[in-house]
Formats: sequence, structure tokens, C-alpha cells
Amino acid sequence: MTQAVNHVALLPLYAAAGTALLVLVADLVVGRFHLPAAVLGGLATAVCATAVPDHTATFCSGDLCSWIVTPHAALMTVLFAGLTIGVLGLSAPALRQGLAPAGEYCFLLTCAMTGGVVVAYAGDLISLIVGLETLTLPLYVLVGLRRIRVSAAGASAAVTFFLVSVVSTAIALLGAALLYAATGALHLDALTEGSGVYAPLASVGAALVVVGFAFKVAAVPLHAWAPATYDGAPVPVAAYLSTASKLGGVLALAAVVQRLDTGPLVAVLAVLTMTVGNLVALRQTRMVRLLAWSSVAQAGYILAALAAGAAGVEAAYAYAVFFVLLELIAFGVVTALRAPGEDGGDLEDYRGAGRRARWMGAALVLALAGLAGLPPGFAGLFAKVAVVGALIGAGWGWLAGVVALNAVIALAYYVRVAALLYAAPQPAGVVDPELLERATRPRVVVSRVVVVAAAVTIVLGFAPQAVFDALTG
Amino acid sequence: MIAPTDVSPALQILLLAVLVVPALGAVVVALLPARFDRGARLVATGFAAVAFVAAALLALPSSRDSGWVAYTPTDAVPVVPWAEVDLSWVPSLGIRFHIGVDGVSYPLVVLTGLLTLLCCAYTVWKVPSGGSGRTLAALLLVLEVGILGTFLALDLVLFFVFFEVVLLPMYAVIAGWGGPERRRAARKFVLYTLFGSVLLLLGVFTVVVAAGTGDLMALAGGYGLSRTTQCVAFALFAVAFAVKAPLWPLHTWLPDAHTEAPTVGSVVLAGVLLKMGTYGLIRVGVGVAPEGAAWAAPVLGVLAAAAIIAGSLVCLRQTELKRLIAYSSVGHMGFVLLGTATLTVTGVQAALIGNVAHGLITGLLFFLAGAIKDRAHTGDLAGLGGLRETAPRLAGVLGFAAIASLGLPGLAGFWGEAFAVVAAVQRGGPLWCTLAVVAAVGGALTATYFLRLLRRVTHGPATQAVAAFPAVSRAEWLAWTPLILLTLVVGLVPALVLAAAADPVAALTGALR
Repeated sequence: MTQAVNHVALLPLYAAAGTALLVLVADLVVGRFHLPAAVLGGLATAVCATAVPDHTATFCSGDLCSWIVTPHAALMTVLFAGLTIGVLGLSAPALRQGLAPAGEYCFLLTCAMTGGVVVAYAGDLISLIVGLETLTLPLYVLVGLRRIRVSAAGASAAVTFFLVSVVSTAIALLGAALLYAATGALHLDALTEGSGVYAPLASVGAALVVVGFAFKVAAVPLHAWAPATYDGAPVPVAAYLSTASKLGGVLALAAVVQRLDTGPLVAVLAVLTMTVGNLVALRQTRMVRLLAWSSVAQAGYILAALAAGAAGVEAAYAYAVFFVLLELIAFGVVTALRAPGEDGGDLEDYRGAGRRARWMGAALVLALAGLAGLPPGFAGLFAKVAVVGALIGAGWGWLAGVVALNAVIALAYYVRVAALLYAAPQPAGVVDPELLERATRPRVVVSRVVVVAAAVTIVLGFAPQAVFDALTG
Repeated sequence: MIAPTDVSPALQILLLAVLVVPALGAVVVALLPARFDRGARLVATGFAAVAFVAAALLALPSSRDSGWVAYTPTDAVPVVPWAEVDLSWVPSLGIRFHIGVDGVSYPLVVLTGLLTLLCCAYTVWKVPSGGSGRTLAALLLVLEVGILGTFLALDLVLFFVFFEVVLLPMYAVIAGWGGPERRRAARKFVLYTLFGSVLLLLGVFTVVVAAGTGDLMALAGGYGLSRTTQCVAFALFAVAFAVKAPLWPLHTWLPDAHTEAPTVGSVVLAGVLLKMGTYGLIRVGVGVAPEGAAWAAPVLGVLAAAAIIAGSLVCLRQTELKRLIAYSSVGHMGFVLLGTATLTVTGVQAALIGNVAHGLITGLLFFLAGAIKDRAHTGDLAGLGGLRETAPRLAGVLGFAAIASLGLPGLAGFWGEAFAVVAAVQRGGPLWCTLAVVAAVGGALTATYFLRLLRRVTHGPATQAVAAFPAVSRAEWLAWTPLILLTLVVGLVPALVLAAAADPVAALTGALR
């Protein structure tokens, strides 16, 4: 039996996978141009995503399809492509200095992008899990991919990440299998609560799927891998982990929770995630670890919206969109202020950095304010407003209260970092300030990424309706 | 182009200009290169001046003169502003860019414009150490946008958005240009006030979700919200605004923030930022949830009376000049809240005029405290003394401001305090009469500590710290004179502030009858 395949609907996937192949070929044949090829491919993916007409679908059996073009899928694909391009830009100086093999690096990153595209369009649980694995599998390698071994941190981070991730995938697959056994449904649109004797089985299946996906967004208590992995990875890869990888997890979770009643479980995860994330972030002294814990906490806000089920999905998507932009800026500034290949360093290393690099300092303040949900980071403010509004609207007032209180805790460490950027520099010890300045001057490519991301964030901050429109089509 | 159509386009443009001009000014000033620091501060003053003029002109007669008088208790839209602009902004979140001005907000809008102008002008003359002057001026303009936006907002969610705008800039002003303990004070300020504003966010959405609209004009009078919703919403609003105002016992961020903030920061903070709390309580708290307000009024009243007494008693023991003035704010805000809590027309009007008077007088007091601290390098009352001998003019103005603040009849401070007490008596019943008596005693204590302040600072033998005081500079006179004159004018003709407020206030409180 042959199945009619709608190739137009698959265009974004072709573009993304083609990009990965193109990079691979470029590496094998000419040995250079990986970066331009990857960037061009990313752009092509984004263009394809916007060009494909809405509500087309393919790989259908009956009226259930495994590949569904929806407005939010298009937006998320654009975002995946944008994040990939951004992270490629952030990695450019390190790649140019040969700190990591450029061909492999670009290939793996574009592979991950392909996985992201699959997650965005997936219409059944198996495609979703396969997409999610394609998104994260290359990252195991990227976390440890370095020519020069700085420390064991990278390798151990990669192994931790790999083990945790494999376990989580196994759990999610088990959950999917149980769901299938109980209800006979794998297509997202057909997911239902089980009935009769199979009802408990279906609930367990749903819970396992949620737990499996919760690993990917680093929800407490399934978060332990995140801070160590982020800190051990090269900063641009950490940026990708906390943006694209997390976005994939959010999409997968949203696909499940809006159709199955997992509210209480997700609510518990949300409360734990934001509270623990914020409280631990308060005590961090290393930049990337602080951002990692803050990113754990931020996932908690998204989970909170998802606890409300279908009513909170739009808010969760909107939050995720604004969050990844702000996160990209934050990690971008960290990359810009550090020498290529260096890790994020201690918070103290950033003392007075905002006075030396005015624009980068301003961008980081914008990102931190947005993550805290305060103006001038209007994007973050509207993200919080969307989540709180959706929760109260859906009758989850108490969870909205927890979100609100957590925002207060979070501000404590965000202002600490922001204030540090403008603190008077300590009298220089052995370091010549001019040398330091030269070593830490932001590199052009990196600052371009930051500037573009910041510009998009500012524009969306004043016109957040654009995001909501794009989500609903 | 801009709905509604019965407001003249000129007024609408003016209304937009009040917000756009300072915002634009902040961007321009922040982008000017470091070489033009003084120039940038002058530019900032220029923008602030334009914004002030635009704000003042909002009182121009509009085609709606008869509109807002046509109030009937059953009308769905009881308060019709003089001028309004209503644009769609984020329909998905139910946010409309709906701003307008009426008799309740107008005095505060003008006060904000005036104080920002004076502060910007003051930074041209003197920049506190800590950072560049143009950044400070830009932050002052951003603060102005946030404060004006809060006073002008006629959409509940928009009100919240503007309420949030001031948080980080004020943090930056305190943390960047403040005294030795500035970091801690700034952090305390920002965390406390964010706590208040997240409660506001919860309250806002409780109302918006229940009512299906965020339009403050439609919501005024309760909008038929259930009693439970109103009580929950009012409780959230009350705590949120009580942190901002601040109401005892949520005031502890205030003295630290004021002590450490630079002079201009203190002036803006005490002069208008606190008013966002009291204005919000009247406009949003009482306006949107009148039944909730009636339910919580006794508690608010008791807390307000406690604030008056506590503020005064703490002031009696203060040894630091700025701290003393900060605590006096707690007492004065207590009077404002007492007036509001009575929920009578007299009480709310007393609260409005108390707001304006406190903005003028405390603004002036903080300018003076800044001048004294800059000269003496200490704010310790024990180290000051005999100011009358070495700087008679400064001592004179300080005496004037202190006497105005303690509520001498004929000066601005009198009306708010006296009529808050009158309103409490009018409200009747043993509770409110007791509160009135307590508040009156607190008023007497206010006189005690201000006279103590004057005795310590201006009288007695001149100490070393005040020995070689430079004369009051022209820039300082420029900053002080408008405040001195307005204190006199508002004291003599309080109708200036209240004339246009009668009908909107009647509409806000009328829902209870």
C-alpha cells in the first residue's frame, strides 16, 4: 500500500535535514564554509516554515495525522532556526580559533535543529519522542566536543547529560507504550483518558510521559543534570541547551498535557521547579550556574501554565517564546564578555563589566529584567502577565500566587547580577586593566547576535500581540 | 483615528505627549555621548519642562465640560474623564492603551511633572557621586513616564504595567547614586515593592477575569462583581498599595531607601512615587471593589491610625535628618489612608489634597535635607545645630517647610490632616470617633517632633559642622521656590486641587450608597 505524502507540508523538515547534509558535504568536500552553509540552511528552514500553508497535514491514517502544520508549529520552527543561527554566531570565534572541529560542530547543531522541527510538527507520540531524541542526541556530543581538554568538566557533563537523557527517553517511551496499550491511541489528537479497567494504566502512562518530558525541561526533582551540564559545556552549547532543547521539551509537554488530565502532577512539578530553582539560584556564585538555576526556575513558570491544561497552553507557548529570546541574550552576553572557549566564570569576574562594555551590559540588564518579568524587559513582563492571567482565568489562583511570589524571590538574584555589572571595579591586582579589556572585548559576530536578539525582544516587548497572533494563526 | 471622538484631537495629542515626551527624552539623553554630560542634563531638563507644560495644559477646557457632570448613580460609566486616548494594544491579554485625565488624577499629574522638572534642573547644578549625570537624568525621565502612566491609566492591566515601570529605575537611582549603605537599601526597596506589585497583578487578573474587562471607567462602582470577588480583589489591592504607600506595618523599606537615596531620588520617591499607592487605593481599590472596600475599611482605618501614632513616635526618637523626614511620611500617609478608609466624599477629598500637599512639602523637605547634608557632611541631628546663626535663609526655609508639614492652618499640610479627622468624625460610630481622636493626637505629636527638629537643627549654638556653610545657590532657590509658593497657594486656596475632583470622587464613593 502506498501512502500519499504531502511534500509541501514537509518542506521545513527537508530544509532542516538538507542543511545538516549540506554542512556535512561542505566539510567533507571543501573543508570550509560550514558556518555560512549552516546559517543559510537555517534561514531557508525558517522561510519554508512560514511559507507552508496552515492546516495541511501528511502521514495520515483516516483523519489522524503524524505531521500537522499548525500556526504555532511554524512559529516554533522559525524559533528553532533562529536559535540555531544565533548559537552558531555565538560559537563563531571559538570555531575560528579551532577550539572545536567546525565541521562536526555545525553538523551536530543543524541535526539538533532538524529534531526541533520534527518536535514542532509531530502529530503522534512516537514522532514526538523521536524528534526530541534527534534534538538532544547531538547535544550529548556537543557538550563535550573540544579539541583542547580544559578539564574533565566537559566530559563528565556530557556523560551525566547522556545518562539522564537516555533514562528519561526510556521513561517517556514506556509511558507512550502504556498509553497505547490502554487506549490504543498514539496520535496526539486521539489521546484520551482510558476507560474501565484500563483507566489506571492510562493514567500511569500519561504520568510517565510527563515525567519523561519533564527531564528535558529540567523540572525539579528531575533537574540535577542541568546545572552541571550547563556549566561544563561550552557557553554557546549551554545557550542551546537552555533555549532550543528546553523549547523542545515544552512543546512535547504541551502536546500531552492539553489532552490528558495531568494537572495535579504538572502543578506539583511546577511549584517544586520554580521554588527550588529560585532558592538555589540565590546562592550561586558562578555565572552559568546561576543562569542554569534561573532557567530551571523559568521552566517552572511554563509548567505552571501547562498545569492548567489546554487553557494554559497558549500562555505557556508565549512564555517559552519570550523566555528563549531573553535567555539567548543572557548567554550571548556571557559569551561576548569571555574569551573564546572560556567557561562562564565567577560572578565576580563580571564586576564593572557593564561600564567597560556599555552595550553588552545594557543587553544583559534587559535580559535579566525580562527574566525577572520587569520593565524594561517588557517581553518578560507580558510573559508573566500571560501566565498569571491564564492561571487565574482557569481557576488556578493559588498557583498564580506561587508564580507571583517566586517572581519576588527571583528578582533578588537578578538584581544582584545586574548591580554587579555596574559596581565600581575592584582595584586591579596583578591584571593590567588594558590587557583585560583587550581579552574581554566583545567580538563582532557575538555582539551582532546579541544586538539582533535584543532588538527582536524590544520590538516584541512593545508589540507582544504579534506573538499571540502568530501562535493562533 | 483615536476613539472616542468627542474629545478634541489637540487634547488627545497633549495627553500622549505627556507620556511620549519624557520617554523620548530618556532615550535621547541616554544616547548622548559622555562628552556632553552637562548638555545632556540640560536636554533632560528641557524635555521635563515640555512634559510639565503639556501636563499643565491638560486642564484646558474640552468639549466634554458638561460630560462628566452628567453622572447618575445607575450609569454604567460614572466618571467621564476630560480627555482620553483609547487604543488597542494586546487584545490577547486584554490590555488596552487607554489613558485619560480627570479631576482625581490631574493634580498628581501636574505635581509629577513639576517635581521631575525641578529634579532634572537640580541635576544640572549638582550630580551626586556614583555615576554619570546624564544616566541619572535619563532615569528620572523614565520614572516620570512610569508615574504619569500610572496616574493616567484607565485600563487596569495598563495601570499594572506602568506600576511596574518605576521599580528598576528607582532601584538604579538608589543603588547608583546613593549613600554608603545604598545596595542593601535599594535591594530592600525593590523586593518589597515587587512583592506589592505581584499582589497587584493577582488582584488585577482576579477582577479582569471575573468582569471580562479591564476598563477602569466601566469597572468603577463594582461592575456587579460578586461580593467575594470584590473582597478578594480589595484585599490584594489593599496590601499591594499599602506596601507602596507605605502603610504601617509594611513601611520598613521606606526609611532605608530615603536615607540612602540621593536628594533627587528622595524627592521623587516621597513626592510622587508613594502617591501611586494612595492614588491606586482610591482609583483601583475603592473604585473597582467598593463592597470589598466597605468590608475592609475598619481594618484600614485602624492601621492608618496606628501608622500615624507609630510614625510620630518613631520620629520623636530619630537622630538622623532624612530618616526623620522619611518616618514623618509614614505618619502623613496614615492621614491620607485614614481619609480614604472613611469612604466618604470628605475623606477621599482630604486624601487627595493630603497627597498633593505631602508631595509639595516633603519634596521641599528632602531638597532641604539634601542641601544640609551636602554642606555639613552629616545628617546626624546631634552634629547639627545653630543653623539660624550661620545660614539664616536655609534655616528659614527649613522652618517654613517643617511648620507646613506639621499642618499649620493656611499652609498646604493643614487641609488633608484636618479633614481626614473631620471625615472620620462624620462617619460616626465609636470606632471611627476613636480613630479620629487617635489621629488628632498623632497630629499633635507631629507638631512635637517637627518643633524638636527645628530646635535641634536651627537653634542653639552653631556646631562645627554648620560653621562654614556656603550660601544657598541660585539653582537651589530655583528648585525650592515653586514648592514654597505652591505650599502657600494650596494652603490658602485648597479649591485649586479639589475643584475638579468633587464629581469623580462622588462617583467613586457613591457606589456605596
